[in-house]
Amino acid sequence: MLMLEKRPQPSRAFAYLTPLLAVLATMIAGGLMFAALGKDPIEAIRTIFWDPLFGEFSFYYRPQLLVKGAPLVLIAIGLSLGFKAGIWNIGAEGQYIVGAICGAGTGLAFYPMESWIIFPLMILAGAIGGMLWAMIPAILKVKFGTNEILVSLMLVYVAEQLLASMSLGLLKNPEGFGFPGSRNLQQYASAHNADIIEGSGMHWGVAFAFIAVIFAYILLNRHMLGYAIRLTGEAPRAARFAGINPARLILFCLGASGALAGLAGLFEVSGPAGQISIDFNTGYGFTAIIVAFLGRLHPVGILLAGLLMALTYIGGEIAQGSLGLPGAAIQMFQGMLLFFLLAVDVLTNYRLRFSQKGAA
Amino acid sequence: MDLSAINPALLLASLMVAATPILLAAIGELVTEKSGVLNLGVEGMMITGAICGFAATIETGSPAIGFVAAAVGGALLSLLFAFLTQFALANQVASGLALTLFGLGLSSLLGQDYVGLKPPSTPQLDIPILSDLPVLGQILFRHDMMVYFALALVAAVWAALKFTRVGLILRAVGESHDAAHALGYKVVRIRVLAIMFGGACAGLGGAYISLIRVPQWTEGMTAGAGWIALALVVFASWKPWRVLLGAYLFGGVTVLQLNLQAAGLAIPVEYLSMSPYLITILVLVIMSSDRSKAPASLGRIFHASQ
Amino acid sequence: MKRRQIMTGAATALALVLSGGAWAESHSDKTKVGFVYVGPVGDGGWTYEHNQGRLAVEKEFGDAVETVFVENVPEGADAERVMTQMALEGADLIFTTSFGYMDPTINVAKKFPKVKFEHATGYKTAPNVSTYSARFYEGRAVQGTIAGHMTESNVVGYIGSFPIPEVIRGINAAYIHAKKVNPDVTFKIVWAYTWFDPAKEADAAKVLIEQGADVILQHTDSTAPLAAAAAAGNVIGFGQASDMAEFADGPRVSSIIDNWAPYYIQRTKAVIDGTWESAMTWDGIGPGMVGIGEITDKVPAEVKAEALALKDSIASGDYHPFTGPLKKQDGSDWLAEGETADDGTLAGMNFYVEGIEGDIPQ
Repeated sequence: MLMLEKRPQPSRAFAYLTPLLAVLATMIAGGLMFAALGKDPIEAIRTIFWDPLFGEFSFYYRPQLLVKGAPLVLIAIGLSLGFKAGIWNIGAEGQYIVGAICGAGTGLAFYPMESWIIFPLMILAGAIGGMLWAMIPAILKVKFGTNEILVSLMLVYVAEQLLASMSLGLLKNPEGFGFPGSRNLQQYASAHNADIIEGSGMHWGVAFAFIAVIFAYILLNRHMLGYAIRLTGEAPRAARFAGINPARLILFCLGASGALAGLAGLFEVSGPAGQISIDFNTGYGFTAIIVAFLGRLHPVGILLAGLLMALTYIGGEIAQGSLGLPGAAIQMFQGMLLFFLLAVDVLTNYRLRFSQKGAA
Repeated sequence: MDLSAINPALLLASLMVAATPILLAAIGELVTEKSGVLNLGVEGMMITGAICGFAATIETGSPAIGFVAAAVGGALLSLLFAFLTQFALANQVASGLALTLFGLGLSSLLGQDYVGLKPPSTPQLDIPILSDLPVLGQILFRHDMMVYFALALVAAVWAALKFTRVGLILRAVGESHDAAHALGYKVVRIRVLAIMFGGACAGLGGAYISLIRVPQWTEGMTAGAGWIALALVVFASWKPWRVLLGAYLFGGVTVLQLNLQAAGLAIPVEYLSMSPYLITILVLVIMSSDRSKAPASLGRIFHASQ
Repeated sequence: MKRRQIMTGAATALALVLSGGAWAESHSDKTKVGFVYVGPVGDGGWTYEHNQGRLAVEKEFGDAVETVFVENVPEGADAERVMTQMALEGADLIFTTSFGYMDPTINVAKKFPKVKFEHATGYKTAPNVSTYSARFYEGRAVQGTIAGHMTESNVVGYIGSFPIPEVIRGINAAYIHAKKVNPDVTFKIVWAYTWFDPAKEADAAKVLIEQGADVILQHTDSTAPLAAAAAAGNVIGFGQASDMAEFADGPRVSSIIDNWAPYYIQRTKAVIDGTWESAMTWDGIGPGMVGIGEITDKVPAEVKAEALALKDSIASGDYHPFTGPLKKQDGSDWLAEGETADDGTLAGMNFYVEGIEGDIPQ
């Protein structure tokens, strides 16, 4: 019978090999599904994985990978800090919304004045907005012991109502003929999060995502705070004996993840999305949770996972448009990819063995 | 404003119906979590249950068979999660989220041919004397069977966890899988069964939406109910009766806010729409003196060699 | 793909961007028509009906036309990418079927001057961007007439999604015509604050029925309110977006149907013939963009006749549903005797007419 045996040391070779294995397995399983739907499996797989990177129009899609991946990475980096310490912020979607509202609101308050100071102020407002929204579960947890999973999740729905109310009321475009939605920040130079190099997809959010990755890496590997986070996650009691203040850690982790989610919202609303509208949020806050775990809560892993997710989104859209694959099949395909990526990871820490007796 | 237009008896009756899907899903998830497994895929299992139940009802004409199919569908999907987390030892949070993604896709593929159909209606309970009782009859005795089934399930889960050996083993596995393993319990087998129970309940909850509450099949029709169910388990501090309380509270505020709107209460609508979520947080804060904790092994990976 | 080609690709892209020139797109003989959908084609409502329009285009032109679509496209950056993708892959005409696609459509249209764009329900046009929308309020007028006659409790329940001009217009049109045939009628309005949540729609309908409504009008797309009406017994409702004929033996007495097929066929033909021009289309019952589903026998014959007469006079243009004298809710004058509302006011309508109770959420 097949058995798992724990490796004394995680296998380095498998750590690099398993993602490839997973992608391969997904291609086979996904290919079978596409074939069952009556599509050419090889063409479908090629369209999803190859075309965005190296296809005829990759000059357009490659920058788009950055645009789509940046908010995922930015949010996931923040979440990973808390997840490592056993603090469960699953309401990043709400912090993303509130960051966008605060940031866009700040920018629009200056309209139509043009000044270089506006965009930095918006960035600040976005970060603070997201942070304050995350502080609600943090403070409730510290003061009353309230579970942060529930509070942060519930606040997502509250934030969505707030977003609708803002789009229909306070932030509504006065020149929009009564239609919902704010002014478009892309048409307001001082507030526009434009590409740093035009056509490169490198807007400020992408830059911040890269900076966040580097900071998180240094924090976790070279800094006392990073040590406190890791220790609290792995051995909470030992952490307390080591003099780590759990309340401060909760406030820091939730605050930091909220601020990063708020930044992601601000960069999205002032750049690629352009405006506050009822349906501004598109689930980045939830997808980022997957990205964080897919990246094994490691900053570099998260960067790669974020880009991979972005690739499947973009490739999936191309496959829908050019091959007529239903959106649902793409969703299933993404699910499969995640399943395989998660499943094969076991090979890094365990090896398969055949055993004589049937124990497990 | 005309608050007299709100009939408290009708309000109570409709909150029982409104709460049933999330109650079913939450009580299943509670059992799963009691065994030490955190399955965030409730939404995916609910929507899969919704289409399985709907399709089976359309094909056979029997809502009863539909509900059975929904439970089977939800349980089968949860097996994927069970395999990932129990045999491939994958991270539970990520696996659960992936399951939701997969389930949403799967359900819309399965449901392609069922858009715009109307299922046969599920009969309501009609007990000769009880159903005709003036106020009480309206509140309590004129629902479909699933409302009572959900209540019975809560009672059964409560009793099983508190009084039976199965419940004891389940809690032992959830509190310390290593100790349970040392005592000779099959940790993995018990957890797989708990996961399947959770899947089946979520499937029933989904089918309640597609067969009774709406009734119709449209893609994504559970519209986030699975997330609310997950939040309810936390809200309830892993206690069955508090899941019931939470579901009725949430369902109640949802129905009440619509009632207040229709009655013309002068509170801005957006604040009324937020109220179910805010009140849930508020009640949790008030109740947080109760320090019941999550099962100690919740979300942790178990492997016999450790 | 070889490394050099990658480099060439990048260089081409850069050159295109720097020169600010139009992007190249691939071509074939077939006319390619793209559709960008905000929901899934299986939503049974808004997106479903647009997809029916797409299928009608395929049927009409057969091999001369190829259609492509992408569903569940979020508004904003994702929409812009999907449209760009369609244009790059050689689409000649692209329908973008949600209000939130307005600015993305304009952005992409700038990059592809040769591709024609059609944006639903918006107000921004360009030389290669048209807008189109349906005068659903004309159908609401017919519904209001039936509702006013049919209600016995004199309470009509109305489920709105979000307080946007489109929905407010519908409420006003229905109310004016219900009031005309039944001076005692009152409207109870519930805002669901969601585009799509069938369970919440069911709750809203149930609440309205419990508070005395015996006619339910809905501006949300699921059949949940009809099912709630069926469960309650003596309550009628209307199909929304699609005919919902499956409830015709029960509460559904008529419906408003979104029928995009004629428009989609006409515009595709214009592209094939090379006669396409930018336009702002706002069509109603007359050109067939708004359909009135069959009125069932539950409605007395004389009421049915009156409703159909109203429908015909709207279709022929003899009658405008917003004809004075009309006052706003606050009692101020809006339209004088015989005056009809201009499209600008209607498009951005943000007030109730006199007699409706409650405030529009702001």
